[in-house]
Amino acid sequence: MRALNGWLIAVYGFLYLPIAVLMVLSFNHSGLPTAWGGFSFEWYGKLLDNPKIIGAAWNSLVVATWATAISTVLGSLLALGVERSRPSASREALLFAPMIIPDIVLAIALLSFFTLIKFTLGLHSIVIAHVVFNLAFVCAVVRARLKSYDWSLNEASRDLGATAVATFFRITLPLIGPAVLAGALLAFTLSIDEFIIAYFTAGAGQSSTTLPMQIYAMIRFGVTPEINAMATLVMGVSFVMILAAQRLNKGRLPGT
Amino acid sequence: MARTGTWLLMLPGLLWLGLLMVVPCLLVFVLIFFERGIYGGIDWQAPTLENVTRVFDPLYLSIFWDSAVIAGLSTLVALFIGYPAAYAIAKAPASRQTALLFLAILPFWTNYLIRTYAWIVLLNPAGLINTLLIWTGLRSEPLTLLYTKPAVVLGLVYSYTPFVILAIYSALQRLDPSYAEASRDLGAGAFQTFLRITLPLTAPGVAAGAVFVFVLSIGNFVMPNLLGGGKFQMVGNLIYDQFLSARDWPFGAALSALLIALMMLLLFAQAIASLRARGDHART
Repeated sequence: MRALNGWLIAVYGFLYLPIAVLMVLSFNHSGLPTAWGGFSFEWYGKLLDNPKIIGAAWNSLVVATWATAISTVLGSLLALGVERSRPSASREALLFAPMIIPDIVLAIALLSFFTLIKFTLGLHSIVIAHVVFNLAFVCAVVRARLKSYDWSLNEASRDLGATAVATFFRITLPLIGPAVLAGALLAFTLSIDEFIIAYFTAGAGQSSTTLPMQIYAMIRFGVTPEINAMATLVMGVSFVMILAAQRLNKGRLPGT
Repeated sequence: MARTGTWLLMLPGLLWLGLLMVVPCLLVFVLIFFERGIYGGIDWQAPTLENVTRVFDPLYLSIFWDSAVIAGLSTLVALFIGYPAAYAIAKAPASRQTALLFLAILPFWTNYLIRTYAWIVLLNPAGLINTLLIWTGLRSEPLTLLYTKPAVVLGLVYSYTPFVILAIYSALQRLDPSYAEASRDLGAGAFQTFLRITLPLTAPGVAAGAVFVFVLSIGNFVMPNLLGGGKFQMVGNLIYDQFLSARDWPFGAALSALLIALMMLLLFAQAIASLRARGDHART
């Protein structure tokens, strides 16, 4: 048992050490991975002065916001519909597919499709592509909550004279709200981190470059201390969002 | 609620998936049977089977084979690391399990380009590992760690181990502890109990984790580009090149189709195996 716990600690070390090194280096004045030149926010300053990075971060925010808004509405409605209709194996497959389909396959399929119908590529095509998988994740999170939903509440509301719409906004939504919000946070996190599908469906030019695309371009040139600072910021934001989603989802991590 | 009501709720979502996932994927299958246009794109006037035969050219098959070897190796290492970790979490006090599991999966939810970049920082010739090796006097020259196949395997293992831990943990949690107790009562040692009771009963979880790692690894093009330095090709790179640099979409589509067929086969085999395991379990 002691050996097992030692192994577990070693695994956590393996998972967190590279991230920790990156975070520490982002505050290193010398910018070198090998020499500590004192604590400094210099690289964070440089990062915020780089218009390409700021532009890409803004683009990511725009894409993630739209993709989250659309997928949260469509995914939640889908979940409500699916939970109230007869089970269908093909529909389950359709809802499961976006979660397991390899990114590169969806990426090339959408690129071919958009090109064929002569759809102009840009930030909007990334949004459309991101909704495909986000929709499935939101739907899965909301469905999990609906499994324990008492549908007789809706009947009671209708019997007492409320319309279907009033019942939705005053009974159903408040009860499934936390799950919807957890789904939205998950969608936002997935979208803001997504690289491959965005890379294929963005089209050319800096105007539709998202943050992960910008990070990829910078990493290919090699190691620069600015990336350490950006990595620390991006990871900080992701961790906070996931923690929030987990809290809302009653301690269950999305996907578990 | 009326049936039309539920249909109306599902309609926008299902339409989105149908139009923007199913149709594009079908289109990829159609592309395979046409020639590439002169300026990229597709020549719809020229149906052909050439792309199908070209995929089975030994050159491309060998890239598939190399990718499968790298993905297979990554899968084995991730299982080797992940199983004992999942076991330790499952054996921890119940109050602590959720937190431990959460800690294991948290890195999985951060940007994987950044996690990959962290390894570039550690592995490069002037990086932390080499500096440590030279400083401690273990080496006089920096080791070539980055831009190698082991670096790619390391990156894949690092990215997907959290998922293996999750899959195996949930299998361990479903396991009825009385089986292991019975085995111990009947005189089997701890190791024998693990090998003959626990391991076979958690095999579906292992299989699910393994298929996941393998499928994600074999189609990956980021790892071979960033940690492999683009020095050798994997299927993911090959497909990427056909679409973004060679502009031979029909051939890229044919390669993708083979990749998807391979994945479907694996997922199908895993589904059958887990159904069979459940059946055996029910009978005993």
